[in-house]
Amino acid sequence: MIESLVPAGSSYAGEIDLLVNMILWIVGFWFVLCEVVFFWLIFRFRKKEGVPGQYISGEEKSQKRWITIPHVLVLVCDIFILVGAIWVWYDIKQDLPPAQAEVRIISQQWAWTFVHEGADGEMGTADDITTINELTVQVDTLYHYKLESLDVIHDFSVPVWRLKQDAIPGRLITGWFEPTLTGSFDIQCAELCGVGHALMGGTVHVKNAADYASWVAENSTMSLASAATPHAGGE
Amino acid sequence: MAESIPATPELAHDEHGHHEQSFASKYLFSTDHKMIAKQYLFTGIAMALIGGFFAYAFRMQLAFPGMDIPFFGVVSPGEYNSLITNHGTIMIFWVAMPIILAAFGNLVIPLMIGCDDMVFPKINRLSYQIFLLSALVLISSFFVEGGGFGGSWVAYPPLSSEPQYNLTPLGSSLWIGAVGLEFVAFLLGGINFITTTMNSRAPGMKMNDIPIVVWMIVIASVLFMASVGPLLAGAIMLLFDQNLGTAFYDPTRGGDPVLWQHLFWFFGHPEVYVVFLPPLGMVADIITTFARKKLFAYRTVLYTVFGTGVLSFTVWAHHQFISGIDPRMANIFTVTTLLISIPIAELMFVYIATLYGGRISLTTPMLWALSFIAEFLIGGVTGIFLGASGADVYFHDTYFVLAHFHYTFFPIAIIGFYMGVTYWFPKMFGKMMSDFWGKVHFWGTIIPFNMIFIPLFVLGTAGQHRRIYDYSHFPELMTPGMQDMRVFATMSLLVMLAFQLVFLINFVNGMIRGPKAEKNPWKANSLEWTTESPPPHGNWPPSEMPTVYRGPYEYSVPGREKDYWPQNEPT
Amino acid sequence: MSDRPIATTRSAAGMPTGKLAVWWVVVSEIVIFGGLLASYIMHRLAHSDWGEQAAHTNTWIGAFNTLVLLSSSLSAVLAHKAASEGNGPKAAKLLWLTILGAVTFVTVKGFEWAHEIELGYTITSSTFWSFYYTAAGLHAAHVIAGAIIMGIVAVAAAKNRELHRVELIGIYWHFVDLVWIFLFPLLYIAK
Ligand code: HEA
Ligand code: HEA
Ligand code: CUA
Ligand SMILES: [Cu+2]
Repeated sequence: MIESLVPAGSSYAGEIDLLVNMILWIVGFWFVLCEVVFFWLIFRFRKKEGVPGQYISGEEKSQKRWITIPHVLVLVCDIFILVGAIWVWYDIKQDLPPAQAEVRIISQQWAWTFVHEGADGEMGTADDITTINELTVQVDTLYHYKLESLDVIHDFSVPVWRLKQDAIPGRLITGWFEPTLTGSFDIQCAELCGVGHALMGGTVHVKNAADYASWVAENSTMSLASAATPHAGGE
Repeated sequence: MAESIPATPELAHDEHGHHEQSFASKYLFSTDHKMIAKQYLFTGIAMALIGGFFAYAFRMQLAFPGMDIPFFGVVSPGEYNSLITNHGTIMIFWVAMPIILAAFGNLVIPLMIGCDDMVFPKINRLSYQIFLLSALVLISSFFVEGGGFGGSWVAYPPLSSEPQYNLTPLGSSLWIGAVGLEFVAFLLGGINFITTTMNSRAPGMKMNDIPIVVWMIVIASVLFMASVGPLLAGAIMLLFDQNLGTAFYDPTRGGDPVLWQHLFWFFGHPEVYVVFLPPLGMVADIITTFARKKLFAYRTVLYTVFGTGVLSFTVWAHHQFISGIDPRMANIFTVTTLLISIPIAELMFVYIATLYGGRISLTTPMLWALSFIAEFLIGGVTGIFLGASGADVYFHDTYFVLAHFHYTFFPIAIIGFYMGVTYWFPKMFGKMMSDFWGKVHFWGTIIPFNMIFIPLFVLGTAGQHRRIYDYSHFPELMTPGMQDMRVFATMSLLVMLAFQLVFLINFVNGMIRGPKAEKNPWKANSLEWTTESPPPHGNWPPSEMPTVYRGPYEYSVPGREKDYWPQNEPT
Repeated sequence: MSDRPIATTRSAAGMPTGKLAVWWVVVSEIVIFGGLLASYIMHRLAHSDWGEQAAHTNTWIGAFNTLVLLSSSLSAVLAHKAASEGNGPKAAKLLWLTILGAVTFVTVKGFEWAHEIELGYTITSSTFWSFYYTAAGLHAAHVIAGAIIMGIVAVAAAKNRELHRVELIGIYWHFVDLVWIFLFPLLYIAK
C-alpha cells in the first residue's frame, strides 16, 4: 500500500511495507465481511407488511456460535499481526546491527544540524563535516544515528526510509538506517515543535560511493573552521 | 393591564408546579436533570459550532495556503497551531463529553431507570456551572496576548511548559486551567450518574433490566473517574512549571518531559472509550427499537464492555511507540493494543447479529445508528495498523492517524449527537422533527464526511504529517495530486457544513412548530416512553412512579398482539 | 424544591447513597494522589541524589504531624460512634476536636514551610522540593477543605440534624489521613 505512493529507500522499508500489506489483507477481509453482512441484513430484514420480527435472545449456544466462532478467528488473526509487528519492530528499533558509519543529528527550533564523519571516518575529530538541513550519506552503508534535541521535542522522519524517531531534550537516542536508493529525499520534523514546525524540513542526499567520497573531499577542509561544537549554535 | 390582575397563584400553566418559577430559577439555577441536560446540550452545540468553524478555517488554509479566508482572514503559523489545538480540545472535551456523556446521561438516566431526578441535584447543577465556567475560560484564552495555546491537544512539554518555546504565555495556562476545570465538572457529574444508577432504580429493575445505554454511560463515568486523576495531578505540575518556575518536565533541571506523555495517555486512551461507550449504548437501544428485535446476547455485551474497560488502562503507550521509550516496552503495548480489538470486534458482531430476523424501518435515528456501526468499523480496523508497532514506525503522526481517529470521533461526537437528538427529541421538547428533512440532512452529512476523510487516509499513507500549516517546505508533500486531494477534502467539508443548516432549520422548526409528540412515538419499551412528552417535573406523577417487570428489549415476543412490551407493564 | 426527590430515598444497591458517593469521591482522589506519587517515585528512582535533598526535611515535625492526624482520625471514629447512638451534641464536640487536629496540622505545616523557605528551599529549588511542596500542598488543601466541611456537619449535628453525615465526613477524613501515611515516609523518611 505504501510503496505505491512512496518509494522504499532503506533496508527495512520493505519489511514495513510487507507488514502493512499483511494487515491490510487481514483487516480488510474482516472489514468487508462485516460491512457486507451488515448491509445484507438491513436489506434482507427490511420492514415488510405482514412479516413480524423474530424473537431471538442470542443467549443459546446454537445462536451464540455466530459470534463466538468469528471471535476466535479474530484472535487467530491478531496473533499473525502481532508476530509480524513485533518482528519488524525488533529489527528496526530493538536490534542495533554493527555500524559502518555514524551521523549526529541535532534538532532545535527550527533547524536540523547534521554532523558527518570527515575523511578520517571518525566522529568527533577536527575534520567532521557539519551541515544545516542537508544530510549526505552513502548508499548501502549501515549508519548509526545519534539523535538529540536542544529545546523541545522534535521528530526525525524520512518517509522513503520509513524512519521516524522522536528527539527528546535531555536524551541521546541511538538508532540505525541503511539507505538503498540514491537520490534526494525529504526530511520532515514530525512532532509539533512550535510556530516554525512547518519550516523544519530538510533534504537527505544519498550518494554512491564515488560521489560521496568527492563530497567528503570537497567539504572536509571547508568546514574545518566551523566544525566546533554544534551546541554553540543553540541558545 | 398587568396591574389589574390580582396576584393569585398560577394554575393554568402546569399542574405540577406549586410555585411560579422565575426565569433564572427555571433556566439558570434549575436542578431538574432534564433542564441540566438541555443546558449541556446547547452549550455543547455552541462549542461544536466554534470547533467546526476552526476546522473550516484551517482546512481552507490547507487547501489554499496563504489565502484571505472568508470570515477569518489570513492564517498565520501561530494561529494555525492554535486553531487545530483548540479544535481538537473543544471537540473532545467541550463537545463529545458534554453532549454524549453529560447531556444524554442527564436526560436518560433518571428517565430510563424510573426515578424523578438525580440523587444529588445540586451537585448536578454545580457540575454544569463549573463546566460552563471552564468553557468561558477556554474561550477567553483565544483573546489574551499571544493568542490561544498552540501546542496541540496533547500539549507535550517542554513546548507547552515554557513560554519562550510556545510564545503563548497566558494562553497555555488558561488552556490547561480550562481543561482541569472541565475534569472537575465531569468528576462531579460522574458521581451522580454512578450513584443514581446504583441506588435509585425503579422497584423491580434488576441489573439485567437496565438499558444498555445507561450501563454504558455509567461504565464510561467509572473509566473517566479512574483514569483522569493522574492527568489532573499532571495538569497541576504543568501549571506550576508554567507559572512558578518548577521543573517537573524540564530535562535541563532534573525533570522529564516523557512523564507528561505517560500521564496524558494513561488518561487519553481510556478517554477515547469514555466517549465511545455512550453512543455505542444509544445504538443498542435505537437499533432494537427500529428493528423490533431483542438485543443479541445482552450479557455478552456487558462482559465485553467490562473487558474493554479493564484493557483500556493497559494500552496507553501505543501513542508513544517512537517517542523514545524503551523499545522492549513497545512489545507489551502492541500485545495489549491488539487484544483490545477482540472485545470491540465482539461488540460489533453482536450489533450486526441483532439485525438478523428484525423488522427494520429506516427512520432518521435508525439511519444515524446504523451509520455509526458502518463508519466506526473503518476507524476501528485502521487502529490495527497503528497498534502494530512495526507499522506505526511509518504511520505515527501522519494523516493516517488523523483519519483513523476522525473515523472514530466523528461517529461518536457528531453521529452520536444527531442519533440521540433525533431519537429523544420528542421526549426532550414534546414535538416531532421532520423525518424527511432529517434524512436529507443525514445523507448530506454522511456522504461528505467520507469524502473529507478518505483522501486524508491516502495523504497520510503518502507521508503527510500532522500540524503543518503549509506544506511548501516539503517538496514530496507538495505534488499537484496531493494538493488536489486537500482541496477536495476542504470542498467536501464546505458541502457538509452547508447541510448542517438543514438540521438547524429542522431542529428549530421542530421545536416551535413540530406536531405534538405522543408518549411513545417509536413504540419503544424503556421507561422514558411511559411518561408524557416532555415529562413533567418529577418525571411521573408521584402515584404513577413505574415498577419494572422485564428487560428493555422484549420486542416481537411470540404470542403477543403488540410487537413491544413496555418494561412497566404488569405481566 | 422543598421536598426531596424520590430518587434520594431509594437504595437498590443496599448502601446509603451518601456513603456510596463518598466512596466514589475517594476512588477518584486516590488516582489523583496515585498519579502524583507514582511520578515522584519514578523520578526518585532515577535520581539517587534526591536522598540528600530529602535529608533537609524535618522528620520530627513530620512525625509529630502524623501523630496529630492519626489521633484526629480517632476522634472522627468516636464522633461516628456517638452519632450512630443518636447523640448529636457529643458527636459535634468530637468533630470539633478533629477540626482542632486539622488546625494544628496546618499550623505546624505553616511554620515548617516558613522555616524551610527561609533556609532557601523553595518550590523551585529542585525537582525534589517541587514534588515536596506540590504533594504536601495538595494534601494540606484537602485537610483544610475537610475541616471546613466538618465544621458544617458539626453545626448541624449539634442540633441533632443530618447525623448520617458524621460518618461520611469520617470516611473522607480517614482517606486524607491515609494519604499522609504515604506521604510521610516518601517525603521525610526515605533519605
Ligand atoms: C474514540 C476514539 C478512538 C477509538 C475508539 C480508538 C480505537 C483504537 N485506536 Fe485510536 N486514536 C484515537 C481515538 C480512538 N482510537 C485518537 C484521538 C488518536 C490520536 C491522538 C493524537 O495523537 O492526537 C488515536 C491514535 C491511535 C494510535 C497511536 C497512533 C500514533 O500516534 O502513532 C494507536 C496505536 O496503536 C491507536 C490504536 C487504536 C486501536 C487498536 C483501537 C481499537 O479500539 C479499535 C478496535 C476496533 C476494531 C479492530 C474494529 C472491529 C473489529 C473487527 C471488524 C474485526 C477484525 C479485526 C481484526 C482481525 C483485528 N489509535
Ligand atoms: C470529537 C472530535 C473531533 C471531531 C468531531 C472533529 C471534526 C473534524 N475535524 Fe478534527 N481533530 C480532532 C478531533 C475532532 N475533529 C482532534 C483531537 C485533532 C487533533 C488536534 C491536534 O493535533 O492537536 C483534530 C485535528 C484535525 C485536523 C488536523 C490538523 C492538523 O494536524 O494540521 C483536521 C484537518 O483536516 C481536522 C478536520 C476535521 C474536520 C473537517 C471535522 C469535521 O467533521 C467538522 C465538522 C463539524 C461540524 C459539522 C460542526 C458540527 C456542528 C454541530 C454538531 C452543531 C450543529 C447544530 C446546529 C447547526 C444547530 N481535524
Ligand atoms: Cu521540529 Cu516540528
Ligand atoms: Cu490510544
